[in-house]
Amino acid sequence: MIRENVLNAGILLAFAAVPLWALWADEPFTITLATRAAILALAAVGLNIALGIGGLVSLGHAAFFGLGGYAMGILAHHAQTYAPLEIGPLTIAGTKSMPVIWITALVASALVAWVIGKLSLRTTGVYFIMITLAFGQMLYYFAISWSAYGGEDGLSIYVRNGFPGLNTLVPIQFFGLTFAVLLAALVLFAALRSSPFGLALNAARQAPARVAAVGLDPARLKLVAFVISGAVTGLAGALYADLNRFVSPTMFSWQLSGELIVLIVIGGVGRLMGPVVGAALFVALEHWLGGLTEYWLIALGGILLGLVLFARGGVIGLLTGKAGPHV
Amino acid sequence: MSLLHVSALTARYGAAPALFDVSLDIGAGEVVALMGRNGMGKTTTVKAICGMLPWEGTIRFDDADLAGWPSHRIARAGIGLVPEGRRPFRDLTVRENLIAAARTGDWTLERVADLFPRLGERSGQRAGSLSGGEQQMLAIGRALMTNPRLLILDEATEGLAPLVRQEIWAAIARLKRDTGLAILVIDKSVRELAQVADRAVILERGKTAWQGGMADLTPDISERLVGV
Repeated sequence: MIRENVLNAGILLAFAAVPLWALWADEPFTITLATRAAILALAAVGLNIALGIGGLVSLGHAAFFGLGGYAMGILAHHAQTYAPLEIGPLTIAGTKSMPVIWITALVASALVAWVIGKLSLRTTGVYFIMITLAFGQMLYYFAISWSAYGGEDGLSIYVRNGFPGLNTLVPIQFFGLTFAVLLAALVLFAALRSSPFGLALNAARQAPARVAAVGLDPARLKLVAFVISGAVTGLAGALYADLNRFVSPTMFSWQLSGELIVLIVIGGVGRLMGPVVGAALFVALEHWLGGLTEYWLIALGGILLGLVLFARGGVIGLLTGKAGPHV
Repeated sequence: MSLLHVSALTARYGAAPALFDVSLDIGAGEVVALMGRNGMGKTTTVKAICGMLPWEGTIRFDDADLAGWPSHRIARAGIGLVPEGRRPFRDLTVRENLIAAARTGDWTLERVADLFPRLGERSGQRAGSLSGGEQQMLAIGRALMTNPRLLILDEATEGLAPLVRQEIWAAIARLKRDTGLAILVIDKSVRELAQVADRAVILERGKTAWQGGMADLTPDISERLVGV
């Protein structure tokens, strides 16, 4: 059995090594796949804050992923058409700057997460799952009918947005950028999990009444977690849209929300590296098995079933010999 | 003026009334024993004080009316509950359990470890894997970390081995001696209660049937109302 810290470091090294190898072997598509995995991992790290630490099974996290995507799409669209965005008396110029887009995505997702969280955290269990799903679907259908930004067809952005000091069109540079953001999110996750806030949130998942008895409001803990969680997933959405240079309502789809949960369950719920392992396996399977058969999801389903039945700590739990979803 | 004042307290579980007329007072730094047979309303009274079930009547803490306060606000105001059945946060370690509850004040990890050396020794161990006695010590430590002014111990020695019970009672006695903490303690052992408590309140069928100084609690009253 491997110590979890050693395993985590190994996973990160391997994750960074694959695109570097691809650069050497001149396989740019592999770099793009690794970038896709890093971004999905980032989205799942966001969800893991709510799901893994707080036990909040949100089936609506695509809402934040999509919001991040549209934050990028709308700002870049106005920049590439040279038509400022007009909201009532406000005139906002579009932008091709990633930092500005990221901040917009973070703020927009956090605000929407606050509203969704405020309303849905009144419920628990299956009702919480359903109400978050409903909010996700509301945004999905809104995006479909939003003809100003492409409606069902989505929006294409011709040139990837820029980051100071980098040429984001070079695959390895864009990978480096997304990997750095992923690392930052992992640091945030680890810091949150071991902070008094994270411990109390973890406790609120286990025994909300006991948490209240030590003077902490479980509802408030969960809401704060949900907002941070949604913001991180929103940031991932902005990066994802930039990877594809395209944003469409499918980023809001409930299938995507489900996939994020699956990624976490595969890797290990509440584990620091759970989302990273899950996303890497998911993208790898999608690429290799997907190339062999269009029914590759059956294989994924089999893996998921095996893990849920025999290794509740996911791949990380299996490798570290620590069963159970303990964080 | 008393720190906690309860009068004409009534409460019900759904349609079933549980408390009819409970009154009790606890002064600052005072140790009060809440006694009575099983099912007479001791735990229900504690739950009402901690805002864990709807109630009517008067509960005042430090002159603030607690009516309608959610339980986390009551805890913040300075009432620390050690619940019946201990219930630590099982998936957190001892240390994490204490940190999760911590609020600034005199109580720190070191001070809790000083009160219960066993917790200090096991600070990295998962709470779920502790023995019953250690879980109880952790539950008390966790309540102390919130730096309360009133500590409520609900059946803190129930189901524990005699040696462990002694440790818990010794800790309670030490809290009484070294701190200005007011303590409301529920327990079945009249003999041990008599050693730490200043006063006793006895409930019978959801009502305060007797209250007075521990010295005035004659065997006759005790036998009639508590059954020992």
